[in-house]
Amino acid sequence: MIVRAESPTEYILHHMTHLKVGDGFWALHLDSLFFSWLTGLTFLLLFKYVAERATSGVPGTLQNLVEMVVEFVDRQVQDSFHGRDPMIAPLALTIFCWVFLMNLMDLVPVDLLPFIATLEGIPYLRVVVSADLNGTFGLSIPVFFLIFFYAIRYKGFWGFLRDLLTHPFGPWFIPFNLLLRIVEELARPVSLALRLFGNLYAGELIFILIALLPFWGQFFLGLPWAVFHILVITLQAFIFMVLTIVYLSLASATEEH
Amino acid sequence: MENLAHIADVQAMTAIAVGIILGLGALGTALGFGLLGGKFLEGAARQPEMVPMLQVRMFIVAGLLDAVAMIGVGMALFFSFANPFLAPLMGE
Repeated sequence: MIVRAESPTEYILHHMTHLKVGDGFWALHLDSLFFSWLTGLTFLLLFKYVAERATSGVPGTLQNLVEMVVEFVDRQVQDSFHGRDPMIAPLALTIFCWVFLMNLMDLVPVDLLPFIATLEGIPYLRVVVSADLNGTFGLSIPVFFLIFFYAIRYKGFWGFLRDLLTHPFGPWFIPFNLLLRIVEELARPVSLALRLFGNLYAGELIFILIALLPFWGQFFLGLPWAVFHILVITLQAFIFMVLTIVYLSLASATEEH
Repeated sequence: MENLAHIADVQAMTAIAVGIILGLGALGTALGFGLLGGKFLEGAARQPEMVPMLQVRMFIVAGLLDAVAMIGVGMALFFSFANPFLAPLMGE
């Protein structure tokens, strides 16, 4: 058993500090970068492996699992995206699986990976990429640009401008419309990122607080929280994916009301 | 350390603010989820064959309800442990 020489606050702060290089705006969180790559590559290589060995006979467990996920995402895209675009479903699949894997790192025991890292001489390690603002904004800012590009591609540049300036109130209210639309468009990536961040940051913090309790706390509090957290991580990945699909659907909507 | 009184002030105000953020967020979310769940159950009782579809929609709306409260939780906890108002007083 590890006997801690630090106070509870120091323990919490230690677990909330990133492995940082540089400072201020140019700080790089090496732990987030590493774990985002790790989870992303896991997703890609796993699905590639299953796709290459896919059989139309009786599928194995892994192929079954991957097919379940792909069909689930496909159904969501069919329900929410009103148009035809070959990139939406792969994008949705990537977002769902990647965010889910990044969130899943939160279920790994709080001290385990940082302790192993300490043996290697790494002082801080935060393994949950979606509990890092850089991670979540790194996902939502590309989605923001995609919304922008899809709108231009489907509506044309002038169609996009007309949409921006004349909705929701007619052409006589252009400055007002512009303000509302800018706020609405900016609110999307910000809310996507912060929703995911808030959920996962709070979850990680509660795991750390539970880790400070004596041994009985781990079972009576840690277990229910971990079970609830399984719901939260799946739900947050699902919400991120569905909202991305819905925003892209709204951006590429060409029919007039 | 004539700063001590100011530091204590900032910390006290931050603690109260964190409490208000968390409390009001929880209040809004609880009311919202109650209404959402109630409407879902009503709809499910009226048309049981629509339950799978309604359930998916319910989770989507639940995620949206949670959003601002969670943003508040994230910001409040951030203020608890890395208070930016305290940094200028600490001479950083």
